[in-house]
Amino acid sequence: MRYSALKLLKEGLTGNKGWKPVWREPELKKEYDVIIIGGGGHGLATAYYLSNKFGISNIAVLEKGWIGGGNVGRNTTIIRSNYFLEGNQPFYEFSMKLWEGLEEEFNYNAMVSQRGALYLIHSDAQRDSYARRGNAMRLSGADAELLDKRAVRDMCPFLDFDNARFPIQGALWQPRAGTVRHDAVAWGYARGADAKGVDIIQNCEVTGFDIGGGVCRGVQTSRGAVWAKKVAVCVAGSSSRVMETAGIRLPIESHVLQAYVTEGLKPVIPGVIAFGAGHFYISQSDKGGLVFGGDIDGYNTYAQRGNLPVVEDACEGGMALMPIIGRSRLLRTWGGLMDMSMDGSPFIDKTHIDGLYFNGGWCYGGFKATPASGFCYAHLLATDRPHDTATAYRLDRFRTGAVIDEKGQGNQPNLH
Amino acid sequence: MSQSNRILGGQVDRAQALSFAWNGTTLTGYQGDTLASALLANGQRLVGRSFKYHRPRGIFTAGSEEPNALVQLRSGAAQEPNTRATTVELFNGLEATSQNHRGSLKHDLMAVMDLMSPFLAAGFYYKTFMWPKAFWEKLYEPMIRGSAGLGRLSMQDDPDIYDHGYLHCDVLVIGAGPAGLTAALAAGRVGLRVILADEDFTAGGRLNSETYDVDGQAGADWAAALTGELEAMDNVRVMKRTTVFGVYDHGIYGVLERKTDHLASSDGKPRQVHWRLYSKRTVLCAGATERSIAFGNNDRPGIMMAGAVRSYANRFGVTAGQKVAVFTNNDDGLRTAQDLAAKGIEVLGIIDARAGDFVVDTKGRHGLRKVILNNNTQIEADCLAVSGGWSPNVHLTSHHRSRPIWRDDLAAFVPPQDLPFGMVVAGAANGAMTLSAAIKDAHAAATAIATDLGAGGATGAVPQASDEDFDIKPFWHVAQSKKRAWVDLQNDVTTKDVKQSYQEGFRSVEHLKRYTTLGMATDQGKTSNILGLALMTEATGKTIEDTGTTIFRPPYNPVAIGALAGRARGKDFRPYRLTPSHEWAQDNGADFVESGAWLRAQWFKRPGEKGWRDSVDREVTMTRKSVGICDVTTLGKIDIQGRDAAEFLNPFMPTLS
Amino acid sequence: MIINHPRLGPRDSSEFVYKGDANLIDRPDGLTASPDEMHDYAYLRDNPAGLIRELWYHEQGDRSWLVVTRNTLTHEIEAVKMARDVARARGRAK
Repeated sequence: MRYSALKLLKEGLTGNKGWKPVWREPELKKEYDVIIIGGGGHGLATAYYLSNKFGISNIAVLEKGWIGGGNVGRNTTIIRSNYFLEGNQPFYEFSMKLWEGLEEEFNYNAMVSQRGALYLIHSDAQRDSYARRGNAMRLSGADAELLDKRAVRDMCPFLDFDNARFPIQGALWQPRAGTVRHDAVAWGYARGADAKGVDIIQNCEVTGFDIGGGVCRGVQTSRGAVWAKKVAVCVAGSSSRVMETAGIRLPIESHVLQAYVTEGLKPVIPGVIAFGAGHFYISQSDKGGLVFGGDIDGYNTYAQRGNLPVVEDACEGGMALMPIIGRSRLLRTWGGLMDMSMDGSPFIDKTHIDGLYFNGGWCYGGFKATPASGFCYAHLLATDRPHDTATAYRLDRFRTGAVIDEKGQGNQPNLH
Repeated sequence: MSQSNRILGGQVDRAQALSFAWNGTTLTGYQGDTLASALLANGQRLVGRSFKYHRPRGIFTAGSEEPNALVQLRSGAAQEPNTRATTVELFNGLEATSQNHRGSLKHDLMAVMDLMSPFLAAGFYYKTFMWPKAFWEKLYEPMIRGSAGLGRLSMQDDPDIYDHGYLHCDVLVIGAGPAGLTAALAAGRVGLRVILADEDFTAGGRLNSETYDVDGQAGADWAAALTGELEAMDNVRVMKRTTVFGVYDHGIYGVLERKTDHLASSDGKPRQVHWRLYSKRTVLCAGATERSIAFGNNDRPGIMMAGAVRSYANRFGVTAGQKVAVFTNNDDGLRTAQDLAAKGIEVLGIIDARAGDFVVDTKGRHGLRKVILNNNTQIEADCLAVSGGWSPNVHLTSHHRSRPIWRDDLAAFVPPQDLPFGMVVAGAANGAMTLSAAIKDAHAAATAIATDLGAGGATGAVPQASDEDFDIKPFWHVAQSKKRAWVDLQNDVTTKDVKQSYQEGFRSVEHLKRYTTLGMATDQGKTSNILGLALMTEATGKTIEDTGTTIFRPPYNPVAIGALAGRARGKDFRPYRLTPSHEWAQDNGADFVESGAWLRAQWFKRPGEKGWRDSVDREVTMTRKSVGICDVTTLGKIDIQGRDAAEFLNPFMPTLS
Repeated sequence: MIINHPRLGPRDSSEFVYKGDANLIDRPDGLTASPDEMHDYAYLRDNPAGLIRELWYHEQGDRSWLVVTRNTLTHEIEAVKMARDVARARGRAK
């Protein structure tokens, strides 16, 4: 069923009775060509591209809860391609281009909204660093501009320029960056994959793998055993738990990132603004709530909730940056489950077990990567070769020394 | 026509008349009124417009669970959007305006959206606005963003100060209703350090709104006396206007105390204080919140929660209407009819769903005029008091991702077995829905804690009260209604949306919420989530028990960002760390650079030097030729050695070694 | 969170810096360990969903290191020991 204004009109005139399920509820089969473990943004995107671009649709997406219930439904919805290192930036720019064509591609309004992202500069050293980054962005084909203080003030006069502890001196501006309606991404990919015959199976937990002689032949689930030629793990913060049953230890720690939204307000913030002198970033959703985030709590956890000090910290950053939001009220806080890797960069790779593939380590930056992660993982699964933009995302890169450490923090996951 | 709906009685002080402005019109109320009670007293039923369809909205409740009466409070830099009129304490000179309309409140130009409602059903925006591509950013999105949100920020810096503080106690009692007061007194009597917190400005909870007796006294008087007794105890701290908004790990709570919101001006004092509270034990006495019933056109101004109608009558001396009807599925709704009749208000009918009577439709666009029943009877009422039953306020028990448990006999969720550290629940929040049961439950909880903590002494006698009648038949919506029936009043989610969501494959309760936005408004579905859940189970064929709820998250009520930030703003965002030579360097014209929180002199510009290179080159040359001096205090450490080193440091260190 | 420091009593966790899995105490000998052993020590983690023994550094207190046994699903803390004691018991320190 194709969605359009005309369809809305027609259905509206006839009592809205003709809407079809966005995805089916099929029975789990005994065998598939590919099993994707994890019905989140990346898993569903992988299923979409495999079935829509690589001609493989005998696929099952196995999700232990309800699809989109993990990080894809809990993030602060920002998309951008402003990374620095060569192993990263082309990948994120590839993702950006996929975002730009997404709604047309899968006929679902994910509200891809490219109103720009301002990364604020508060010192000379920071300006130097952001200038380098901006150049790296442009080398990858992305857009980047270095703005001075006046330009930032013209764009966002409500920021604190006059009384700040760390005065704003300029910004790195990516005009094409922006926000997306996160739930719609999961639902749009699910719909597009389902339409090609992909089986999306909810409430089905993978409890183990069928591995023998160095080959993975399928999985055990809460609904029985399933055979597959290829098994693709894609479970973000649950990566260690799942891969443990395959006997694989990962360079990952699971952490919580809290996120926040205020009561709905008439328009205040035009695009995405990131504070440079504290961990705080903010945008405004199309429903009017200010959506913002701060730092991770910093300790290993699977609880998907955090503690007060970080909440206070994030709000301090907000008030330092824009004291106009003092009287807006925090409506809801929540937390996700982040797979923090040892260098802050992800993995899209085969494992040493034939037929078993792994996608994870996205830290708190996985949402913007959703389209490219899905496409590149699909490429890997379909051709057994990495996509050009994802060649550096190897599980063995710590052994070979090819780490992709954007922050230069070393093997301390909670610092990335 | 001043205060046409004022009736005798209540806790308002008629000797203190207050003047306030509502949408530019000056009205009168009394000390002790909320903005909502004062508006109702003045016959103001229309207070806002709903989010999507811009339908007229009236005051729905008498508490913080209010979905409709969201106003813009104050003006200028102190302007506060989305403020619930039901929790604003009236003060002299108060200014409030309605939100979310273009043109006047009564003639909102956006009301045309209601006519388009068949095309604006749940999730409509996912199916359109995609073509032509360029129109999304140039036309569609600006339109959507322009109509989004309800209130408006002033765009000026928040002029108020906010403080942070730390509190410690043995027992935190959350809620100062009959259960909370009982628990606090019992714990206080055995010498435990008690903090009693309530979001209201008067302790007593529902006792202020009902006509029950405790210990032979009127409930409200008993509550006032007990509060006085508690305030006089050295080991007890009573905190009114204080919301415990979040449960964190290991007995740590996020608490917000409102200091000056009830005054015309904060006068330079902290407006609110955000406390981090550490408690060994907690008794959650948060009571229960009434929920609605869905029926055709159940969203008109004048249709209110039955318990709220009693609150306005008994506590504020205000009748919500002159011709009142009651629609209920439980015994509690009947009490509204009794209490109003006792005040001389005409009660035109009691529509009891248990007897097979329902409301199928209503009339009156800007305010209720008529109620239409399933047997075709019509009642000319200007107020319909609705009671769908009461839901225990279990939210705080589930901040650690436990899920509450369904009880068929109460037709409500009660707290889970797995509670946060140190917490027990008592009173209506624990499913003890009647007065005496609630009091006994709380007394037992406090006594158990006292034993557990090894506190000696007697917790005292159990206050005496009776149990009111309690009978409920689950009844969530009138299936026969042909007209749209609202579930979420603020976000305009109807029973049709819930059905359509199921039809489109969104079958988990979390999918239902996200697809329809049910429960995502400023009230977080406090009066409506359960209706949506029940409707969904009708579609899925599962039980409410098996379906479960969405996740409960802090804050229980919205908290101002300024309060969470406290004093750390402007130049005080982070401390300045200055080296010993800072003043000297400043006097000698240094340019400083931030190094973490330190300020370090970068170079000293001399007359004639054009840029930093000139200065730096001169300094380097000088250092090479003769001598240079650099303050590297920022990198230094102080090493104290010797037998008495620890003793020497003790006065300076926050911890003992 | 509240960490019950063996010497100082209950302290708020925000006084501490989090290091990570307490298995870091068992560092292989850099001169004799294989690259695989060093790699696994430096980069691989158990990352359990359940009890973990982890290192916390009391930066804003007495600057001691602690080994905390905590449940990563519920945040409940079962035990807190001085890291020095744990290391000694494992023969990692004198």
